[in-house]
Amino acid sequence: MAGDKDLSWASAGDIAEAVANGTVGAAAMVEAALARIADRNRTVNAFTAVTAERARARAKAIDSARGRGEKLGPLAGVPFAVKNLFDVAGLATLAGSKINRDHKPAERDAPLIERLERAGAVLVGALNMGEYAYDFTGENIHDGPSRNPHDTSRMTGGSSGGSGAAVAGGLVPLALGSDTNGSIRVPASLCGLFGLKPTYGRLPRNRTFPFVSSFDHLGPLARGTRDLALAYDAMQGHDLDDPVCAARPSEPALPVLGRGLEDLRIAVAGGYFRRGAFPEALAAAQRVADALGVTREIELPEAHRARSAAYVITAAEGAAVHLERLRDRPRDFDPAVRDRLIAGAMIPAVFVNQAQKFRRWYRARVLEMFNDVDAIIAPATPCTAPAIGQQTFVLDGVELPVRANLGIFTQPISFIGLPVVVVPVPLAPLPIGVQIIAPPWREDVALRIAQALESDGVAAAPRPPE
Amino acid sequence: MTTRDPLDEFIDAAASTLRLTVEPEWKPAVRANLEVTFRLAALVNEFQLPDDAEPGPVFEA
Repeated sequence: MAGDKDLSWASAGDIAEAVANGTVGAAAMVEAALARIADRNRTVNAFTAVTAERARARAKAIDSARGRGEKLGPLAGVPFAVKNLFDVAGLATLAGSKINRDHKPAERDAPLIERLERAGAVLVGALNMGEYAYDFTGENIHDGPSRNPHDTSRMTGGSSGGSGAAVAGGLVPLALGSDTNGSIRVPASLCGLFGLKPTYGRLPRNRTFPFVSSFDHLGPLARGTRDLALAYDAMQGHDLDDPVCAARPSEPALPVLGRGLEDLRIAVAGGYFRRGAFPEALAAAQRVADALGVTREIELPEAHRARSAAYVITAAEGAAVHLERLRDRPRDFDPAVRDRLIAGAMIPAVFVNQAQKFRRWYRARVLEMFNDVDAIIAPATPCTAPAIGQQTFVLDGVELPVRANLGIFTQPISFIGLPVVVVPVPLAPLPIGVQIIAPPWREDVALRIAQALESDGVAAAPRPPE
Repeated sequence: MTTRDPLDEFIDAAASTLRLTVEPEWKPAVRANLEVTFRLAALVNEFQLPDDAEPGPVFEA
């Protein structure tokens, strides 16, 4: 591994190898990450809590285990951080809110933290996020906005904004986020990162603060495909405490990552996914399509209605989660979140039920499409990172709200739980992501394509200036 | 005699029934959000589905 000066941009895989072969100690890695956080967090505002004490103890235990000749895990000594809606033992689970600061500290880590630490990774803190995950911007009225390391006057995207800022800023090589309508994929796109939203039900969500049970997913953000696969493989497996988590065996992606494209049939999403996008979003998707030799275009049927149905279900289920808090402490919410949740509480049940029926119809049609293709390419966001505080953008002469429109390309996909890898395309001056969408339970296909694009240099997480 | 807007009346009635506070200065944003949601719900509802269409979530007993 490269010298100390490059530790902040080392991959998780390289760190784990270096720790395993004794080139660097886990304790040194953790100290480097803590120093980096102390130096850079003032600028990017990614962390809301740093768990230095437990990280040092954990790193010491890893170094001791190596000293005893024990085999270390595949993520040995890799510092990572989690969106602050994950339970972290000893911390209140904020979920980006003021209200949850009054909660008792969590007694036990979320399962995904336990699984990553079992693989040798070391939790160094909790990350900023949009309030209660009802957000695509990464702005937070209580903790301040997470800032895009590529231009700190710009949004990270959200709601996993701190996750994007922490990984793109080189504070940690790996972070976990959640994605209900795009909250991993939007910050991955705007921050120039690789992000994985696995199949709905693949990873357990218990001991995380919920938003919309019908669509909530958890997953990793990293600076390379291999790191996504390392983390994803370490986190797979059933958990009885999440009734949505599927009772499927682990299906490791890392062993097949380098298999290449072979005879994969790939198409570009047209129609809805070509409208409402700035030229850079279409250019990035085209660059990916060209690199893969893809000329076929397909249209996801009624994608605009899928996005609408996702919007309705999100508002209603989100409001149901927060009804008591809306009654008791409405002034302690971010006003923008509160007013949407209040409106959500007033949605007639018939609308929600119809949206769920449409969801099943749409799922069946899209699954039919996967008889003919193995993966679909689509833009991740309609634009590169907007300025923090920007309320609208003008597209084709029409002024549109930023907040809602950042998710127009991600919502119709998470609506039916499809696995997606976002790959960053390093356009200048700002990167933008492209979605690689696979059939349910075929994360391996999306990751293989991402790996091929990364190997070709088409997809890369650009290192921001400091 | 002035006629009140039905959506304003709906919001007032729903807020009262659900025991939710909607301060006058919050009302325009709540209303705007509800208008968008109703518009998008109408887009979903106008899509014809058979009477026996099943919702997405499936419960296992």
